[in-house]
Amino acid sequence: MVEAKVPLSLTEGYHVNSNKPSDEYLIPLQLTWSKGILEPAGVVYPKPRLEKYQFSPDKPLSVFSGSFELIAKFMVPATAPAGPAAMAGKLRYQACNNTMCLTPKTMDVAIQLDIVK
Amino acid sequence: MKRFFNKRALQILAIAGIAAYLASCSFYEAEWPAVKEEKDRKKAPEFALKDASGETAKLSDYRGKVVLLNFWATWCGPCEIEIPWFIEFQRQYKDRDFAVLGVSLDEDGWKSVLPFVAREKVNYRVMVTNEQVDQMYGGVDSLPTTFIIDREGRVASSHVGLASKNTYRQEILTLLGSPKHESPPISFNRPPGDLRADLFRPSR
Repeated sequence: MVEAKVPLSLTEGYHVNSNKPSDEYLIPLQLTWSKGILEPAGVVYPKPRLEKYQFSPDKPLSVFSGSFELIAKFMVPATAPAGPAAMAGKLRYQACNNTMCLTPKTMDVAIQLDIVK
Repeated sequence: MKRFFNKRALQILAIAGIAAYLASCSFYEAEWPAVKEEKDRKKAPEFALKDASGETAKLSDYRGKVVLLNFWATWCGPCEIEIPWFIEFQRQYKDRDFAVLGVSLDEDGWKSVLPFVAREKVNYRVMVTNEQVDQMYGGVDSLPTTFIIDREGRVASSHVGLASKNTYRQEILTLLGSPKHESPPISFNRPPGDLRADLFRPSR
């Protein structure tokens, strides 16, 4: 099992929904991987904050803001050849500030690694 | 002296209270009505989209009416604040040549939109964008984005992000040709802080 840290930083004043938003209509932060040399074995998301906003004064929202890290876990198959390799993924997120929300976006994420036997 | 002190202390407390009250003014009061001069208004792009009942809604069908065109989505918290206001405006002003049109940017379309509009009891026409429409309106990327369109089909004002209920109301009334300071009905069904939006009015 190997782990890769994915550091993220949001513009001040903005937040994204956590991976488990507090409302069924909200779009979660989600990191997914394309098929590659490693086998994805889950993503560890940080503990979300429960924050109230002016558009949600009564119901706290489960969000991430500021700088935070995701930890992506992979299994290395025994058949994986030694040498340089890469994993490509997509980070899906939807950000808001106090008065507006940006449309959902998908960002490319890439990890470079060396497999040593 | 003690009496003077108490009076003075009360004055200071009162001033501090007012200052704190004003400092707590939210974005709701930050924006005042801004209807453009007629000469500065540009034609609102024409569109045709299917509504929830499958009928085609064209903007040109509303020529002669004042239209509040709201781009929104089910995942947009600030949009959810505004929708009850628009329901109220539709109910209040529909007989005065006014209509609200909602265009959703939800990627999964009616799957999310239909249950949402049913839950919120939306009483105005709602459509789902075909992407071209939001591009025609400047590439809508932030929600809510709202355009208020005059009777001649021209954009009289636009708002990106949450505006105040009072701002919308005053702009609608201005375009409908009503007195600017028509009293809104008392409503208790509103988020905290918004009450002030109706208490403070532009003095022009």
